[in-house]
This record gives sequence, C-alpha cells and structure tokens, in this order.
Amino acid sequence: MEISDRVRAGDVRAMARLISLIENGFPEATSALKGLYPFTGQAFIVGITGPPGSGKSTLTDQLTQEFRRHGRTIGIVAVDPTSPFTGGAILADRIRMQRHSLDGGVFIRSMATRGHLGGLAKATNDVVNVLDAAGKEVIFIETVGVGQDEVEVVKTAHTSIVVTVPGLGDDIQAIKAGILEIADIFVVNKADREGADKTVAELKAMMALGPGRSDWSPPIFKTVAIEEEGIVELAQGILAHQAHLDQAGVRQERQRERSHALFLELLQERVTRRLLERAAANGILEQTIERIAHRDLDPYSAVDEFLEKAGF
Amino acid sequence: MPFDENEERRIESAEETWEEQTLRPTLEKLPERARQFNTVSWHPIRRLYTPRDLSDFDYTQDLGFPGLYPFTRGVYPTMYRGKIWTMRMFAGHGTPEETNRRFRYLLEQGQTGLSVAFDLPTLMGYDSDHPMSRGEVGKCGVAIDSLADMETLFDRIPLGDVTTSMTINSPAAVLWAMYLAVCEKQGVPYDRIGGTIQNDILKEFIAQKEYVFPLEPSMRLMVDTILFGAQCLPTWHPVSISGYHIREAGSTAIQELAFTLADGMAYVEATMKAGLDPDAFAPRLSFFFNVHNDFFEEIAKFRAARRMWAKLMRERYGAKDPRSWLLRTHAQTAGCALTAQQPYNNVVRVAIQALAAVLGGAQSLHTNAMDETRALPTEKAATIALRTQQIIAHETGVTHTIDPVGGSYFVETLTREIEEEAWTYLQKIDDLGGMVQAIEKGFPQQEIADASYRYQQAVERGEQVVVGVNRCVAEVEEPIPLLQIDPDKAAHQQMEKIHQLKKRRDSYPVDHTLDAIRRAAQGKDPWARDLLMPKILDAVRAYVTLGEIMGVLREAWGEYVEPAIL
Amino acid sequence: MVEERKIRVLVAKPGLDGHDRGAKVIARAFRDAGFEVIYTGLRQTPEMIVSAAIQEDVDAVGVSCLSGAHMYLFPRIVQLLRERGADDVLVFGGGTIPDEDIPKLREAGIAEIFTPGTPTSVAIDFVRNRAGRDRK
Ligand SMILES: Nc1nc2c(ncn2[C@@H]2O[C@H](COP(=O)(O)OP(=O)(O)OP(=O)(O)O)[C@@H](O)[C@H]2O)c(=O)[nH]1
Ligand SMILES: [Mg+2]
Repeated sequence: MEISDRVRAGDVRAMARLISLIENGFPEATSALKGLYPFTGQAFIVGITGPPGSGKSTLTDQLTQEFRRHGRTIGIVAVDPTSPFTGGAILADRIRMQRHSLDGGVFIRSMATRGHLGGLAKATNDVVNVLDAAGKEVIFIETVGVGQDEVEVVKTAHTSIVVTVPGLGDDIQAIKAGILEIADIFVVNKADREGADKTVAELKAMMALGPGRSDWSPPIFKTVAIEEEGIVELAQGILAHQAHLDQAGVRQERQRERSHALFLELLQERVTRRLLERAAANGILEQTIERIAHRDLDPYSAVDEFLEKAGF
Repeated sequence: MPFDENEERRIESAEETWEEQTLRPTLEKLPERARQFNTVSWHPIRRLYTPRDLSDFDYTQDLGFPGLYPFTRGVYPTMYRGKIWTMRMFAGHGTPEETNRRFRYLLEQGQTGLSVAFDLPTLMGYDSDHPMSRGEVGKCGVAIDSLADMETLFDRIPLGDVTTSMTINSPAAVLWAMYLAVCEKQGVPYDRIGGTIQNDILKEFIAQKEYVFPLEPSMRLMVDTILFGAQCLPTWHPVSISGYHIREAGSTAIQELAFTLADGMAYVEATMKAGLDPDAFAPRLSFFFNVHNDFFEEIAKFRAARRMWAKLMRERYGAKDPRSWLLRTHAQTAGCALTAQQPYNNVVRVAIQALAAVLGGAQSLHTNAMDETRALPTEKAATIALRTQQIIAHETGVTHTIDPVGGSYFVETLTREIEEEAWTYLQKIDDLGGMVQAIEKGFPQQEIADASYRYQQAVERGEQVVVGVNRCVAEVEEPIPLLQIDPDKAAHQQMEKIHQLKKRRDSYPVDHTLDAIRRAAQGKDPWARDLLMPKILDAVRAYVTLGEIMGVLREAWGEYVEPAIL
Repeated sequence: MVEERKIRVLVAKPGLDGHDRGAKVIARAFRDAGFEVIYTGLRQTPEMIVSAAIQEDVDAVGVSCLSGAHMYLFPRIVQLLRERGADDVLVFGGGTIPDEDIPKLREAGIAEIFTPGTPTSVAIDFVRNRAGRDRK
C-alpha cells in the first residue's frame, strides 16, 4: 500500500512517518501530499497561541478532553522553538497531553520550528493536511506567540485563539502589537490568579481602540485550565465561531484566502528554487553576484536580465 | 576577631612582606595548580585566610555559645560530650515481614533509632495491586498497604522505647495515622511517641518529584498534620525540612541551603496563617541536609543554616521560645557523590562526608553504603557504613570538644559567605512572592537543572575530578556482591494480603470513613474547620488501604503535572 | 536542496521514581548535540511511552529508571514496539542497573545500557551512529 493510502486508513505509523518526510523536506512527501489533497478540507482547524507558559498546552489538553467527550477525533500539532545555537530542540508540550496518548482518537505530534523550507507555516499546513486526510475532525495547532512565523502559522487556522494571563504587564502590549488582529477568541487563562478581571478589561479597551471587525467581535473567556474551569464555555465559543464561519460563508472565504496564500508561497518557493538551481549549475548565479558586487551591474537590471534568460 | 588597629596593621604589613618575599619567589618558580580554586559548588576559595578576614567579626553576635542564639557553634550546650548523635540508618525492602526482621537486627547492632524506607508505590499512594505499581513493589523500600502491614512492620518492637523516622511525603498523613494506630494497639500513649515523618512536600515539587496533588492542596494536607501534631502529639516531629533531595537533584550547597530554608519559611508562614503561634509548633520542626564531598563547604553550610534559621525565627517570625530558634538536623551522606566505578572507594568518601556532618554539628546521621549506586545495600555494606559512624564517634576524638573548627579564619569566612549568598536567594524568592509562588514559576527547579547540567559538563570536561570515573580509572572493574531480591515475591504476597483483607474487613466503616474524608477534602463538610488527620485515623483503624484513601483525595484534588524545566 | 534528516529522540521516565536528574541532563545534552528531544516527563507507563514514540516517529527512545523496576519496564517497552511494528526504534536505558542485569536487558532487545558515570557524549555518539540504521 502507498503511504497515502495508509494515512487515509488512519495508520498511525504511516501518518507519523509521512510527517517526518515533510519535516525533513524529502521529495517523497510531496507526492504523498498530492495524493492526499483531495481528501483534506474536512477538519476544523484551531490555532492556539500566546506567551510562553500561559497554559496553551494545558488548554489544548482540556479542549481535547472536552471534544473527545462529544466523540470528535483530534489531531494536535504542538510547535516549540529550535535552538538557534545548536539546531536542537526540546519539545515538551506533550507532557500535559500524555493522558490522551493511549486514546486512538487522538494523534499528537511535536514539531520544532527548525529552518523550514518554504516556512514554518507551510510545513505546519502540510502536517495538518496529513491529519485532516487521516480523518481527524478537529485539529489544534499550538505555537508560542512571539515571532512572525508563529503568527503566520495561526493565521492558517479557522479559529485563532490568543491566550494571555493576568499580571503580564507589558506583555499585553506585545499582544496588542502582534496578534490582536488575528484573534477570533481571547482566553484569559490562570484566572485563579489575581487581576484576571483587570486583564479582561484591558483587552476590551484595546479592542475598542482597534480597527474593529464588522462580522465578528472576538469573545473573551476566563479559564483556569488546570482546574478544568471555563473549558466547556471555551469549547462552545469555538463551536460558535465555527457556526459563524459556516453561516456567513466566511469559512469558504477563509479557505480561499488560505489556498491563495499557500499557493503563492509554494509557487514562490518552487520558482525560486528551480531558478537558483539552474543558475547555480551553469555558474550564472556566481557571475551575476560578482558583477553586482563590483558595481559593474545594478541589481535591478541584473534581475531583469536573469529572468529574461530564464524565459520569463 | 575584633582587634585593635595596631594589631591589624601589624598583621597587614607582615602579610605584605610574606607576599613579597616568600610567596612571590615560590610562585615564580612553581606556579599553583590552577588560577582559581573553587568548591564543588563553584564557590571561590582563596589561597589563605587570616585574622584580617574576620576584622569586623563579633564573637558574641556571630558565634555565641553552644545552645545559645544564633547557635552557630551548635544547638546544645554540651553537644557530643553529652550525647553522641543518633545513628539512624535508613532501611526497608520487600514485605513488612522482611523489614521487621531487619529492624530487629539493626536494634541489636546498637542502632538507636529506626528509619523506614517505603517502596515507590507506597510513596506515591498506590496499593501494591495498582497497575502503576507493576515491577515496583518492595523494590526501594518496604510495601505498606494497610494498617495490617504496619502492625507487622513493628511487631515486637516497643514503640514507646524507640523513635522512628518515616521517609514519606505525599501520603505522610496516612502512614503517620497507621503508625499512631499501631501505637494505640501497643498501648503507647500519644505523649510518649517519638519520631519524624518527612512530610516535606515542597521539595517534592523542586527535587524529588514524588508529588501527587497540586501545590495548594498539598500544602493544606501538610499544614493539617502540623496542626494535628501541635494539638495531640507534643513529642513528634511533623516535618523534616529536607535539602537532601535538592542536593541529590544536582543543586549547589548554597541552593540546597537557601531552598530548604525557603521551604521551611513557607511552612511556618502557612501554619501561622492557619492561626498557630510560631512557638506552638516551631520547636517541633526539624531539618535534613545532605553532606557532600567538599569538606569545609559542608561544615560551613551546617553552621550557616543554624545561624540563619535562628535569625529567621526570632527576627522575622517573632518566635519567643528559644527552642523555636533551633535548627536541629539529620544528615545523610551524598548518594550522588558515590560512584559505580571502584565501589570500595565509596567507603572512604562516606567516611569523609560523615566527618563533615559531625564537625557541622548534626543531630543524627545516615551513612550510605558503598554499593548503593547499583542496588539496595547488602547487609555487609550497610554494616560498614554504620561502623564508619561508630569509628568517628569513638576513635577519632572529634567529639571531645564543641565545634572544633569554630574560629578558623577560613571556616568562619566561608560560613559567612555561604550565609550571604543564601540570603540573596531568599530575597529573590521573597520577590517572587514566596516559595510556593517561586515553585509555580519554576524558579528553584530551573536553578537546580542549570547547576546539575553545569556539574555534568564539568565532569565530562575533566574540570571536576571524580576518582575512578574521569581520573585514576581502573582497567578492569572488580565486581562486588550485590543484594539479591526475588523480584516478584513481595508483589505476590502483598497482592494476596490486600485481597484477603478486602474480603475480611467490614465494609460499612470503610465507606463511612472514606466518605468523611471526601467531604472534608472537598470542603463541603459542615465541620469544615475540622482537620483531615482525625478522619484519616478513623479510616486506617477500619483497615482502609493507603490506595483507597489517596484515591479519594486524588479525586477531590486532582493530580499535579509538572512543567518541563530542563 | 534536501535538509539533513534530524534525529529525534524520546526521553522518558518510566516507573514511579522521580529521579529525573539523569533524564534531564541527557535531554539537554541531546538538544545541544542538535537532536530534537521529545520529553514526556515522569511516571510514564510503557504503553504511553510507546504510543508517543510512534506518533512522534522517533529514531530512539531513552529511558531511565532508578527504582529497580527496569527488568519489567524496559523489556516491556521493546515488546510493545515490536507488537506495533516499530522494532526499528532504538531503545536505550540508564539508571541504577546491576551489572548482571545488563546482558539480560540486551537479550530482551535494549540496545544499550548506560551505567552511572557514562559521559553524555557516549550516549550522543551512540544514538548518532545507530539512529535510523535499521530504519524501515
Ligand atoms: N494557576 C494556574 N496555572 C496554570 C493554569 N493553566 C496552566 N497552568 C500552569 O502553567 C504552567 C504552564 O502551562 P502550559 O500548559 O505548559 O503552558 P504553555 O503555554 O503550553 O507553555 P509553553 O508551551 O512552554 O509556552 C504549568 O505549570 C501549568 O500547570 C491555570 O489556569 N492556573
Ligand atoms: Mg506548551
């Protein structure tokens, strides 16, 4: 059996292996992904982001429990940063989710940010497609909300949840700067701590200042993830957002946007790669760079010339 | 020591002359072995210490006299001249029957107190027949499932005459209740029962990781036992605040000291918050430190610990009773300092560590057996370890005078420096909102993980010498005899006993007492101000098992999952 | 342009003991050697470890046990991996393991036992050399 068939049959080993092929940028991955693509688009994708230690994994674990109670199958992609110094990574989100490890309806995969070819967002999206094609109904993507990369990842989700906690002080400003716009749902986790209401008020104030969205105003949920408090409400909030997407036709719109973005990304990556491979092979790349460096040629004309030669 | 300016100037000029005329030529000919010397905890050590290091030293304030504040020189006025420390060897494995035999043997050998090691299922609050217990029953200690096992464990041992230390934390309340129930059956009144439960739950989150419940209910249960002890068992030590495991997890000496005191402070504060005056319980608090290889650092650590605790209790918590100021401590030689390679060398390490504990003024001591990196100790290895203490006590003469290292320029300086660094840590923990908050934020865990990684790298690079491991390595390792345990015997026997017990016992009081515990734990009991401890006692008397009681509490409180701090 | 395949290792602590000093040090050393380390923490049953190893598609599983239960736990992990067709995953262990148990563990399919005092570099080299060698 082809690996893609095995994935479709829900074979855990095959899913896991295909994800590795994707992560390593191996060509076999592409052909398998081609075969799987027609079977994707079924899953509902939820992105969860927020500062380190805000409780994203605990929330993912609790939401998984809640969705499982209602019989939904779950895929989880938990992304942690690669160390820029060593290229290694410690992936530890799983610790909080291990109680689901023996549940056949849950597949958990930890991913390092690495220097993914074509970007982390593309790699994550490919991994999500594998889980989607394997029949996982709800897919959670957990990333630390710090860098642009992570924000991109969450953008590929249908519902983006931004997690914060009381008493972060300046960090809430960081949220404002980076990911306020992408949030469909806000969670103030660790509401057992002092200042949760203040954080909610701050978020509200920020939203009032922001550009505002006509179609959907992001709700704010208070949770105590370790105590299972507010989880049912949050899950219902996710479902409400899903219903909203379906009703308003927004989901299709998002799907289109996603496809658009992914296609462009892929195209960019492929075109660049092919051009560069060819140019590198016949030495043109080196020569051109050399000329630019010596001021024999300006980079703008160089690109024109380059593309012309490539037949554009 | 305070001396007049003339004296100081004389010493200073003599030192300068020495540096110029004696030291420098030598250094030029023969440089020292390293540019910087450090303790095993990376604390810098200088070439020489002189009276000038102690020029602002105030004898009565900084040292004082044995048995008097701040207790730097010792907690008792006569120390080992009056009474040798308690030689308390940790023992236990397999079934209660086997451990009972071992205890009676140790008492015959002249040991003066018992110390119970429980197996991991017991430590984690599982019965021997729980799926998580597979492969673990009776391995690292004795398996105790119910009061029936506890009765067997202390069969023919008069509990009014010995003191017992029980190394138990998350389920401490339950095991303690079982012990008390055995005492009741032996007819020993509560005020004649002496001993300790470790019951130091915070260090489980930091280091030993045998936690069960989340932080908050864990603290509640712990304080519950202190309150119960203060009410009913005036001679019992309800907690042994332990740095031992913090050090074993890879901390430095200073971290061990600071985090242990911080744990103690958290207990004092929580108990005071529950309405108790510090003098009503502080005299019953006791400590448990590690003794590692770095001889003087360890001695200084013990001396600094006493001085700091005295200051904390008197100044910060306003305790009035001098007994509240005392830091009485058990010590154990460092298991993590022993090597699997050339195990006989461990006998020497243990002897030196034990000597440091004695010079540091410990009240009781466990010496490790040389074979512990590979298995539970054989009887022979454990006996040598006990003999090591006896040799120090009776042959070396170090017990003849109190605090023999006191006044050493080096030791006094080191004591002071260690104290200062530990205060810095305590300040940091205060800034984080106290130890419970600091643990929640992962602060002590991260500090320990970093120190342990740093140490491992130092060993691998050869900067930290470990004889037999990275220096003086043997071509061929000579095997030593190890203790053989039938791997499944204890499990089978215990499972059979639980099975029989559950068939035999009356189920009405079982359900009834468990229900009372459940309601109290959930805080839905109308008598919510009541303690849990008496309810747990009722349950154990009805032969409710450890796993049943802990199971009800697990349901009520949930279980802790630790953050990954690497 | 194909990236070099990353080595992925699962570091887990089966059994009830909480002595994770060794597991943490090795996890950190692996990371510093450029591996991706999936750390699942304490008190993992063999079933949980194997399930995680398969989902994470790791090259190797490192387990440490200081409680004396290694003769049950380690072979059980190998056995479950085999049952699930993942016998190409390298299993290695450490902890308080008497010498005489080592041959028995090897026989049960544990690739290597690192006894106390083994430098982390030895474990790193071992995994690097062996990882994926038998990968199907
Ligand atoms: N007090 C409190 N602690 C919580 C709550 N939710 C999670 N935590 C704790 O916060 C810590 C971090 O939780 P995680 O779920 O690992 O957080 P995370 O955002 O996934 O962390 P990273 O993946 O490391 O960025 C853990 O110690 C949790 O137990 C909560 O609601 N209240
Ligand atoms: Mg996480």
